[in-house]
Amino acid sequence: MSTIDPVILPLISAEQRKQARSVGLTFVVLGIVAAFVLGNRPGDAGFKLVDSYIFVIPAQPFARILALVLIALGAAQLLKGFGKWTNVVLSISAATFVISFLAWAASGGSFSFTGMLQDTVTRSVPIILGAIAGILCERSGIINIAIEGQLLGSAFAGAVAGSLLGPWIGIVAAMAMGVGLSSILAVFSIRYRVDQVIVGFAINFFALGLTSFLAARVLTDHPDYNILSPLRPIALPLLSNIPVIGVVLFTQTLFVYFAYLAVAVATWSLYHTKWGLRTRAIGEYPKAAGTLGVDVIKLRYRNVLLAGAVAGVGGAWWPIGMVGRFDQNITNGRGFIALAAVIFGRWNPVGALSAALVFGLAEAIQLKMSNLDTGIPSEFLLMAPYLVTLVVVAGFVGRSRGPKAAGQPYDAQ
Amino acid sequence: MKIVATLRRLADRIARTSSLRITLLAILSAMVVGAFIIILSDIDKLKNGDILGAVHTVGSAYWALVVGSFGSLRAISATINSATPLILCGVSVAVAFKAGLFNIGATGQMLAGGMAALWVGFSMDGPVIIQVPLAVLAGAVGGAAYGAIPGVLKARTGAHEVITTIMLNNMAGFLVLWLLKTNMFQRTDRTDPISKLVAAPGRLPRLFGFMDNRPDLVAHAGFIVAILAVIVYWWFLNRSTSGFEFRAFGMNADAAQYAGMHTKRLTVMAMMFAGAFAGLAGAAEVLGTYGYASQNFAGNIGFDAIAIALLGRSTPLGTLLAALLFGALQAGGRQMQVDTDVPIDLIVVLRALIVMFIAAPLLIKSIWRIKVSPTSLGQTFKGWGS
Amino acid sequence: MQLELQGITKRFPGVIANDNVNLTLKTGEVLCLIGENGAGKSTLMNVLYGMYKADEGQIVLDGKPVVFTSPADAIAAGIGMVHQHFMLVPVFTVAENVVLGVEPTGRFGSLDIDKAREMVREVSDRYNLNLDPDAVIEDLPVGVQQRVEIVKVLLRDAKVVVFDEPTAVLTPKEIIEFFEIVKTLIAANRGVVFITHKLKEALNVADRIAVLRRGQVVGEVDPKTATESQIAEMMVGRPVQLIVDKKPHAPGEVVLEVKDLSVVDADGRTMVDSVSFSVRAGEVVGIAGVQGNGQTELVDALTGLRDSTRGNVSLDGVDITSDSPRERHAKGIAHVPEDRQRQGLVGGLSVAENLILTRYHDEEFSHGIVMDWPAAHSVAENLIAEYDIRTPSADIDASTLSGGNQQKVIVARELSRPLRLSIAAQPTRGVDVGSIEYIHSRIIKERDTGTAVLIVSTELDEVMALSDRLLVMYRGKIVADLDPKVSSAMDIGLYMAGSRPASAVN
Repeated sequence: MSTIDPVILPLISAEQRKQARSVGLTFVVLGIVAAFVLGNRPGDAGFKLVDSYIFVIPAQPFARILALVLIALGAAQLLKGFGKWTNVVLSISAATFVISFLAWAASGGSFSFTGMLQDTVTRSVPIILGAIAGILCERSGIINIAIEGQLLGSAFAGAVAGSLLGPWIGIVAAMAMGVGLSSILAVFSIRYRVDQVIVGFAINFFALGLTSFLAARVLTDHPDYNILSPLRPIALPLLSNIPVIGVVLFTQTLFVYFAYLAVAVATWSLYHTKWGLRTRAIGEYPKAAGTLGVDVIKLRYRNVLLAGAVAGVGGAWWPIGMVGRFDQNITNGRGFIALAAVIFGRWNPVGALSAALVFGLAEAIQLKMSNLDTGIPSEFLLMAPYLVTLVVVAGFVGRSRGPKAAGQPYDAQ
Repeated sequence: MKIVATLRRLADRIARTSSLRITLLAILSAMVVGAFIIILSDIDKLKNGDILGAVHTVGSAYWALVVGSFGSLRAISATINSATPLILCGVSVAVAFKAGLFNIGATGQMLAGGMAALWVGFSMDGPVIIQVPLAVLAGAVGGAAYGAIPGVLKARTGAHEVITTIMLNNMAGFLVLWLLKTNMFQRTDRTDPISKLVAAPGRLPRLFGFMDNRPDLVAHAGFIVAILAVIVYWWFLNRSTSGFEFRAFGMNADAAQYAGMHTKRLTVMAMMFAGAFAGLAGAAEVLGTYGYASQNFAGNIGFDAIAIALLGRSTPLGTLLAALLFGALQAGGRQMQVDTDVPIDLIVVLRALIVMFIAAPLLIKSIWRIKVSPTSLGQTFKGWGS
Repeated sequence: MQLELQGITKRFPGVIANDNVNLTLKTGEVLCLIGENGAGKSTLMNVLYGMYKADEGQIVLDGKPVVFTSPADAIAAGIGMVHQHFMLVPVFTVAENVVLGVEPTGRFGSLDIDKAREMVREVSDRYNLNLDPDAVIEDLPVGVQQRVEIVKVLLRDAKVVVFDEPTAVLTPKEIIEFFEIVKTLIAANRGVVFITHKLKEALNVADRIAVLRRGQVVGEVDPKTATESQIAEMMVGRPVQLIVDKKPHAPGEVVLEVKDLSVVDADGRTMVDSVSFSVRAGEVVGIAGVQGNGQTELVDALTGLRDSTRGNVSLDGVDITSDSPRERHAKGIAHVPEDRQRQGLVGGLSVAENLILTRYHDEEFSHGIVMDWPAAHSVAENLIAEYDIRTPSADIDASTLSGGNQQKVIVARELSRPLRLSIAAQPTRGVDVGSIEYIHSRIIKERDTGTAVLIVSTELDEVMALSDRLLVMYRGKIVADLDPKVSSAMDIGLYMAGSRPASAVN
C-alpha cells in the first residue's frame, strides 16, 4: 500500500528563523551585560561551599571572559545555530551568567553559596507542587487558574488545623481544603460547563476573601489558632553526607522530599501508565477517549481533585514547612508563578520543576542580596525573575501549545 | 410613540434573555452564602449558644452595607468614589475581552498611568483648565504604553497575555516602589516611599464641591471621566470601523485575518486601549482620591475589574452596572466593618460568589427552580497556543 | 448476530434528527445508509453507538432489548465505529491510540507498550493492513489513519462495524483498497454499516441500501436493480439534475499567472513545491487532489493569507506576490474559503455584518473611522433577497443559519461585486443538494461574465463537472493538466495517488 510521507527539505520556516535569531540575540545581550555591568567591579568573590572551604572567583576577569564567550556563542548561533544543542548551550550559559552575577554582587566579600542553593530548593516547594497541580488539571483538559486560591486556602486550613491538632492533621486539613476548592473548579467546569478561567478566577477571589475574612474575624481574637512550630529539616542518612549536595538536596523538610516524590511519580505516571495515557488523551482529544469507552467526565473529576490534594500540600508549606503561621495573602502570587512554571516547563513535570527552581533561585538571591551591597536598587533584583519569565515566555516558549482540549467543556453526547 | 416602542423593546429583551433575573438571583444567592459565612465565623457567640445573636449580626451587617452605600449623600458619594476606578478598569478588561484577549494586567497599567498622571500633576504649574486634562491624558498615555508591551509581545512572538500581564503587574509594582524612592518622585521630607503631593488646583475637582465643599463627600470628577469612558467604549464598539474589527477578531481570529484585518495591529491596539482605560483609572485615583501615590495605590482594582467585566458580559452598560454594584459593596463594606466588626473582606467573598453564580446559570436554575434560557458568559479562554 | 433498531426517534432543539427509524443489520452483509447531509445518518449511528440517548424506540440485539448509555456498552455488545472525523489523538502513536481504553498493563498499572505493539501488529497482519505501531498519528496520511481506526475496532472484536462517510478523505485507489478491507470483514462474518452520500459507492458495495431523508427511512432498495437517479430522487425528494448545466467556455486573456510558487509550513515542511499554472478570463480551472496535498497552502498563498517562500503570483500581468489579503481583495480577487466555520464567517456576528465582513472598510460602508450601518443594512437586505438566503432577519447571528445558507452568505459576499478572479475552495462541503445546485450555477454565471475562476475541491465529481481545465495536485506539485471532458475519473484518481495512468505513458 502506498503511503504519503511529508517531504522534508532543508528550508526552514520564518517562525523557526525568528526563534533562532532571538536565541542568538539573547546570547549577545547577556554578553554585553556581562562585559559592561558585571565586569565593572574588581575584587574576588568568595562562594562558601562548606564551612571549611570557600571557592574564590575573581569577579572581573570571570565576567570579561564570560562576555567574550557569550558574544562568540551569540555570533555562532546567529550565523549557524546549534540545532538540537541550543537549549543545552543556553542553559549552561545562563547558569554561568548567574554565577558571574553572584560573583559581581559579592566581590570583595563572601557568602554562603550552599545556603543559597538550599534556600532555592526550599522556596521552590510551593511552586513545584502548585505547578504539578496545574499540570494534572491541564493535562486532563481543565485550565487551572485557581492554583493561587488553592495554595492560599490550604495554607489557611493548614495553619488553623496545625495549630489546634498538630502539624500532621494540619497537612491533612490543607489537602482537604485543596480538594474542596478543586471540587468547585471540577463541578463548575465539568458539570455546569462554566468557562474554566472564570471559575478559576472566582475561586482565587473566594479563597482570598474567605481567608482574609476569617483571619481578621477569627484569628486576630484567637492567636492560639494561628501558631505552630514548623517541621524541622530531616537529614537523610548517607545522602546528606555528600558535600554541598547533601546540604542542598538532602537536608530538608518533608515538604521538599514530597515535592521530589511528586515530580517523579507524576512524570512516570503520565508517560508510563494506563492512567497517564488516558489522562493525556482526554486533555488532547477527549472524544477519541470517550468513543473508546473511557469515562472522560469521571477521569477529569478524579484528576482535578487529585490536583487539589497536591496543591494542598503546597499550601501547607507556608504554615507548617516555613513560617509557623498564616498571614493575609501569604502566598502573594506564588500560584500565578506556578502557572507560569507550567507553561515554562511545557506541561511536563520535570520542565515545571526546572522552572520552579529558577523562581526559587531568584527568591533565594533576593534574600542573600539584602546582605550584600551591590549599589543597584533592590527593586530591580526583585523584578528580575518576572523579567526572566517574560523574556523566556516571549522569546523561547512563544507559541508553545498546551494540551489541545484545555479549556473546552466536554460533552459526552 | 418612539419612546414607548423603545421601552417595549427593552422590556422584551430583558424578558427574553432573562440575564437580569439570573443576575438578581445570583446576588441573592451570594448574600445567602455570605450570611452563613458570617454566622459560622462568629465562633464566640456560637460557643455560647447565642445563635440568635449571630443571626442578628447578619442583619445589621447587611443593613450597614445598604446604608453605607446608598443611605445618605455621603454614602452615595463614597459609592461613586469606589466605583470610579472600577468602571475604568472594568472597561479596560472588557475592551480586551471583546478583542479576544484576557487583560490581567490592568493593575500594572493603572500603576503606570497613575505615575505618569502624578508626574504631570505635581511638576506642572499651569492653568487648571489645561493642567488637569493634561495630567489625565498623561495617565491614559502611560497606561497605553504599558499595555502595549504584552500586546506587542503577543503579536510578535505569540507569548500568552495571561502570563505576560501577570509578570508585568509584578514588575510595575517594583518599578513604582523604586520610583517613589527617587528624588524625582519622593516627597522631600519623607524617607518612606511616598510621592510628592499634587497641589489642590491640579487635582480633579470634587463632584459635590458646590455643597460647601464638605470634606466627607469624596467623589471627584474622575467619575465623569469614567462615564465618558463608558460612552466612548459603547460608541467605539458599535459605531466605529475599528470596533467592528475588534468584535470580529475577538470572536473569530481566523476569519478576521481572512477578511484582511491586520490582526497583529489589532492585538497591539486592543491592549493599548485596555491600558489607556486602566491608566485613566490610575490617574483618577492619584489626581482625585489621594492627591499623591503610595506604593500600592492600585490595590486589587485590576483584579476586581476582571470580575466586573465578566459580570457585565463585557458590554458597556453591563460593565458600568457591575462596577457600580462592586463600588457600592466596597463603600457599604467599610460601613459594615465600622458598625458591626464584620471584616470588609466579606465583600471579596461576595464578589467571588456573585461571579460564580452568574457564570453558572444552570446552577442558579436548579437552586431556584426557575425556567430560563441560560445565556452563557461565552468563552474567554482560547487555549495557550495561537 | 442480528441487530435491530426499532422506532428510534431523536430530537434536538428545533429539529427531529431521527423520526421513528426502523432498521435491521445482520453479520455477513453490508448495509448502506444513504442520505443527504443533515438527513440524520450520523445521529442514528451515534444512537446505536451509545453516544446519544434516543428519545423513543429501542435497540434489540439477537432478540433481547439492550440499552447503551455509553460507547463502552456498545463496544461490549460488539459494535464498533469508524467516525467521519477520526477519533485519534494526533500526538499519540498508532499503538497508543489503538490500546486506549483496553490498555495492557504490567506492574503498578504501568503501560505494557511492547504488548500493545504486539497487539497492533497481530491484527494489522491478520487483515493485511500494514501499520507501524510506533508511527505518530499526525505524521500519517489520512488513508493510513483510517486503517488505524479499523484496527481499533477489530482489536475490540466488533461484530458490526459502522463506517461513517469513510471514503470522503480517500483517493480512488485507497477507496478500492478500502472496499477490499470491507470484503475481508464480511468474509470474517462481521457486519458492516456503510454511511455515505455517494451513490456510486453505495451501488458498488452494498447488499442492501436504506435511504434516509429528513430523519426518516424513506425506503430500502436493492442495489442490483436500483439506478443512481432513482436513489437520488429518494434522497432529495424531487428529481435531481446530476450534471452541471453549462455552455462551452470562451477563454480570454490570462488573468492569474502563478510561477514557480513554493510554500513552507511552520514546521519547515514544503507544502507547495514549485507550482506554475495560469487561469484565463472566462475559464474555470479546477484543482483536484486528496486533502493535505498542498491545496490549502496554495490557496492561502494566492489570497495572501500565507507568505510564499519562492516564486511569484501575478494578476493581469501585475505582480501581486507581496500584496496583503486586503490589497488582493481590492484588485478584484474573491475568496470562498474551504472552512466556512473557521474562516468564512464570524458566527457571533449578525448575517448583515457577515455580508460585509470583507468589505466593511469600503467607502460605501465606512466614512473614516465611522461605520455606516444603514448602508450596510440595505446592501445586506438586497443580498439576502438576491441570493435567496433563508434567514428570519439580517440581524440574527450567522451561527444560527443552516450550513447551506451560511455558505450562501459567503458566496453572496464574495461574488456580488466586479471581479477579476474568483477562488473557491470546497464551495459545497457539507451543503444540501438545493444549495449545491444554486452555488454551482452562480460559479458558472461568474465565469460567463468573464471572471477567471479557480475551484479547489476534494470531491472529484464536483471539480470534473465544473472545470474547463483540471489540474491534479499531489505532494505539493501539480502532476497533471487535463481536459475533464476527455479524462476518466480512474485516470485522474491515479494522478491523485501519485501514479501515472498507462495511457499517459508515451
